Formats: sequence, structure tokens, C-alpha cells
Amino acid sequence: MNEESIKQIAEVVARYGANQESLVEILSDLNAQLGYLTQETIVEVARRLNLPQSHVFSVATFYSMLNVGPTGKHVIKMCEDAPCHLRGGQEVWQALQDALGIKFGETTPDGQWTLQATSCLGLCAVGPVVVVDDEVIGHVTAERIPEILARYRDEPSGGAA
Amino acid sequence: MIRARVMISGDPVSMSLGADEIKLAIEAELAFYGLEDEVQVGFVGQLGRLDVLPAVVVYPEGTLYGPLRLEDVPHLVEEHLYKGRIAESLLAPPNVLSGVIARLPAREGLLRGQERVVLRRAGIIEPTDIEEYIAYDGYFALGKALSEMSPAEVLQTIKDSKLQGRGGAGFPTGLKWSFVAGQQADKKYIVCNADESEPGTFKDRLILEGDPHAVLEGMALAGYAVGADEGWIYVRGEYALAKERLLTAIQQAEAMGLLGDNIMDSGFSFHIHLHSGAGAYVCGEETALLESLEGKRGIPRVRPPYPTVVGFRGQPTVINNVETLANVAPIILRSAAWFKSLGTERSPGTKVYTMLGDVNITGLIEVPMGITLREVIAAYGGGMRDDVPFKCAQTGGSAGSIIAPELLDVPMDYATMREHGASLGSGALLICNVNKCIVDIAYVVMRFFETESCGKCTPCRIGTLRMSELLNRLRHGQASLEDVSMLEEMAQAVAKTSFCGLGQGAPVSILTALRSFREEFEAHAQGSCPTGVCPMKTEPPEVIVRRGYL
Repeated sequence: MNEESIKQIAEVVARYGANQESLVEILSDLNAQLGYLTQETIVEVARRLNLPQSHVFSVATFYSMLNVGPTGKHVIKMCEDAPCHLRGGQEVWQALQDALGIKFGETTPDGQWTLQATSCLGLCAVGPVVVVDDEVIGHVTAERIPEILARYRDEPSGGAA
Repeated sequence: MIRARVMISGDPVSMSLGADEIKLAIEAELAFYGLEDEVQVGFVGQLGRLDVLPAVVVYPEGTLYGPLRLEDVPHLVEEHLYKGRIAESLLAPPNVLSGVIARLPAREGLLRGQERVVLRRAGIIEPTDIEEYIAYDGYFALGKALSEMSPAEVLQTIKDSKLQGRGGAGFPTGLKWSFVAGQQADKKYIVCNADESEPGTFKDRLILEGDPHAVLEGMALAGYAVGADEGWIYVRGEYALAKERLLTAIQQAEAMGLLGDNIMDSGFSFHIHLHSGAGAYVCGEETALLESLEGKRGIPRVRPPYPTVVGFRGQPTVINNVETLANVAPIILRSAAWFKSLGTERSPGTKVYTMLGDVNITGLIEVPMGITLREVIAAYGGGMRDDVPFKCAQTGGSAGSIIAPELLDVPMDYATMREHGASLGSGALLICNVNKCIVDIAYVVMRFFETESCGKCTPCRIGTLRMSELLNRLRHGQASLEDVSMLEEMAQAVAKTSFCGLGQGAPVSILTALRSFREEFEAHAQGSCPTGVCPMKTEPPEVIVRRGYL
């Protein structure tokens, strides 16, 4: 682990406090900065909080907003629970999988896209909703998927965070 | 001098639709006419009209414009703010549903009170400015309590008001507080449960985004009543804007001495901290929430002991929902008798709902307890979309009941709904028309629980998976009549034997759906989906386990 990363972790731990109660927020913050939590990150957080590594890992794998594996450059999140399902969410879900050639929970081989299933985001009034890199897009239809993907595909930079 | 205020909807959806640019454009136009000193521009929380975002309200008239495009701005500013007449072409389509303007003409004069309690400020004040909250009676209740009332009197007022927990279970708030007040302990806590995760429910988000101080004031009052000097808000990780608004609100209240040490020189101190979740439905269960607050996996604890005895950090803890806490200050300020004049005798007050699905207007409403679903659909939902008849409604998100047409005229309050074998739940009203398939809905709901089960106890961990598999087979015409009976048996077993409310609530939709729509389940078992929604007679369904363990 390089010094830069260690410094980053130290800063986040200092911000929330080096105690167990801050663990979920520390991991969330690091996840947002780094895109996902590497094994080294988990070990370093455990050391600084004086917690068993197994505890930190178990927390990191419990919460859906924390990733313990790499994600693509763009992360697409979608909830397909009842309110959106009844408004055509299933077709959007399928269209996303077809367009990217992967299933939810997977990342494209070129590392560009990750599809993540999420639970209700509370944006049901404009459902179905797709969240691309934290940007909310409402009233999505299967037909709009190619156009939405194209918007991000052309962007030269960006990041999983 | 300010003669008008222009408030732009500042919720996440509006932001994604360019509310920021609209604000800049309005400011530029105002400057063009030299009106920048006369007209104040700001963002506002929830307007209650999700169909017209991004929206703009112009006060003092309260005129609602939307959905607004950037190119509409010059006309709007010229007509309304420069020439002083309504820009008719840009008006939001009229209807009775609105966070600000909501009235209920259908029952005007028939029902006691249509006052807005929880949302009375949402959509009117700028939520990031504490002075606006104060201008609308904000922190008056806290001031009144600290200067004129003893903690016991505050507690008694909440008890007398018969306020019930708005998180879904409807437990009497005053009683819960009295459990904690009666405990001898060095330290007690008030925890606000803002982990709103029921699909279709987002009332708490809109309260926090639109009127965050109302919740803070409620927490401080709760702390005063039970003898706690520290409060924690557990807010869902996904609710970034709500978190931001709360942080601002806490800082502003502390800066003015309305939170923190020795509030208003009363000797009472109350500090509020914010803690963010990271995505887990189960953390809405109060003991799982406490685990998460302590930096662990959100796995429920054994009850008893209840959190009122052994809660956060092992100390007596009041855990209340956002909406419950938002009701507290108005009750203290006005009186228990006033609160009881709203709603029904057994469930006083109002209830905030999010209405979704096959109605003409979806959105956020606050109505008196005891209103019927039929009235809500007619008066607020603008009727069924395309006049397709009503089939069922799901109340309270995934853990809620399926309401059949027979219950359309039942007064919606906690006790009455319970008597009819249904639950009011968290505040979502998902309205379905006759073109929706009940098996399909039941499957989607169960798939949610299968994903969100924390894995602690076997009935929930395995039961939700098996029920979801069976429902999926039913959707594909690959299940038998015996399977339908087995589904019912499993649902009963999971409801009875699961460790916490998540597992116990998971089969509610199936059990209530089977009660009213059994023939539809049986039709699927016999090979046909009456609505034609289900992918019958296709290849055997693929089992997708979304969680990483079994």
C-alpha cells in the first residue's frame, strides 16, 4: 500500500474518529473516494480502529453501498421493486443487461460499466429510475437506454466514485 | 424591500432536471429588469407535486408553475414579476394535490380538520435557513416547554395527544417515552429512525429535505421529556440531500443556541449527531439500527430487553420515526386537545402518504387519519389513470398489506385497518389497476425480501428465497395447485417464526393477496395468467440470488 493511500485512510479515520462506531461511515467515505474497498484498505482500517480484520470485512460485505471488488468506470444502479416494476421497470432492467451484455452484479470486460441492483431509492414518483454515477434519471424507458448510455460513453473522464 | 419570493423545487429530481440552471436564469432575468432587490430567489424542499418538476412557486400568491424549461424563464419573470400578472401558459395543471395548496374539497365540512401538521412548512420555507423556520413558529414549542413546562408535563401532553408512531407499527409514542423516562440511568438517548427504505415510501426524505428543523425540535423535546441530553439521527446512506440539509440545520441551531449546551439559558442541554447508513433495509428495524449505529452489521437484537431499557450503547433509548418526531412540536405548542381534534378518536392526527401507481396524480399528501382509500384516490389521485378500474393497493411498502376493493371504504387508521387484517404501514399507497397481475406483484415483493433478509434467522433467510422461487415458477406456469397451498403454509410459518419484523412482515403481502385473490394464484397454477402479464409457458425460470450467501 502506497503512502498516498495510507494518508487518505488516516484522514478519513481522523474525520470520523478512530472508534468502532464510526466504522460504517469511514468505509462509506473510503468507498466513495476509491470506488471500492481493497483488501489492503480493510486491513489498514482494522489496524487503525483496533478491530479484527474479520469484523471490518464482515461490515464491508453487509451493506449494499460498499463494494469489496472493483467496479467499472461508470456504475449504473437500478431498483426494480414494486413501484417501478409496475411502470415498466422490468423492460428497462432487461434492456440494460442486453445493451451491455452483462447481468446485474457484473462489470463489462472492458471495465467501463457495472450494473448494480439496489433497493428502493425513494424516487418512485418518477420511476422507473436509473442512477448513473450518482446522477438520477427518471421516467426511463427501455427505448431510452441506448441514448442514456451514449451520454456517458462519450465522456472522456469520470469515475466510479 | 422584498415584495415577492420565487421558490424553486430543490429536490434531487428537480436538480437532475436542471433546477440549478433555472435558478441562475431567473436571477439573471430579475437583474435585467432591476428587480433583484425586490424579489428573493431560493430553493425550497418538497412541493408535493412530483408531476410538474422542476417547479417554481411565486409567493405571496402561491402560484405554482411547472414543469418549467429553461426557455420559459424570461416569459415567467416578465409576466409575473415585472408586469405582475399570472403567466397562464406556464401554470402547473390544476388539481387538488399539492404540498402547499392541498385541500380536500371532497370532504370539506364533513371531516373535522384538514389542517396540515407535519408538512405545514414544507414547500413554503427555505429549509437551509433557520430564520425562516423560526418565522413559522419554529423552536417556539421548545421555548415554551423549557420555560413553562416540566419534563413530566411535556411527557403527559404527548401521552394525552394519543400520538402513535408513524414508522408503521403505530405504537403509542407517549407510552414509549414514559418507559425511558421511568428508567434510572446516567445516560439516555433519543434516536431518530430516518432509515426509510420501504419501496414506494419517501415521506421521511421529503420531511427532512423540506423542514429538517421540525425533526430536530421534536428530538430536543423528546430529550427534555425523558431526561436525555443526546440525540442521534440514523439517516439512510442513499439520502444525500437529506443528510446535507440536516447537517446545515444542526449547525445553524447550535450557532443560535437552540441546540447544544444550556439551551435558551434553561439549563437543559441537547446535542444531536448524524450517522449515515450504507444501504441495508433491515436497519430500519430498531435494534438492527442500533447495531449499525454502533459500527456493526445491521443484524437485529433479541427483544426483550427493548431499546427503551437497553438501547444505544446499552442505555435506555427512545427510537422514533421522522414523521412521529415532526408531530411533537406542534402538539406541545398547540395542545393535545387540538391534535385530537384531527383524525379519528383512536388514531388522532394526520398521516403523510406517498401515492404511486395507476392514478392520474402521484405524489406526497398529508391527510387526516381515518380518510378512506376511495377518497384519497378520487380527491388527491385525480382518479384512476385512463379510468381503468381499481384492483388493489399495497399500503406501507413491501411489508404492507394488499388491499382489495372490499376495503376501499374502510377508514384508514391503525386500529381500524388492523381489525380488517390489514396494516397501514409506513405510508406508501401503491395503487394498481385491473391490468396488473397479483402473482407478479407478489413475486417482486418477495424478491425484495429475499435480497434484503439479513441472514440471521433461518425462516427468513431460506423462507423468503423459497417463496420467491415458488412465485417465480408460478409466474412461468411451472407450479401446481399444491404449490399454492404450500406457498400459504410457508408464508404463515415465516410470519410466525422469523426473528424480527422484517421476516414477520415479509409474507404479509402474500397472505393478504391470497385472501382476496386466491383464484388468480390458482389460475396460474392451472396454466394461465388472467391479465396476461406473466411470462407463462416460457423456459424454466433462472434462479437469481442477489445476495452473496444463502
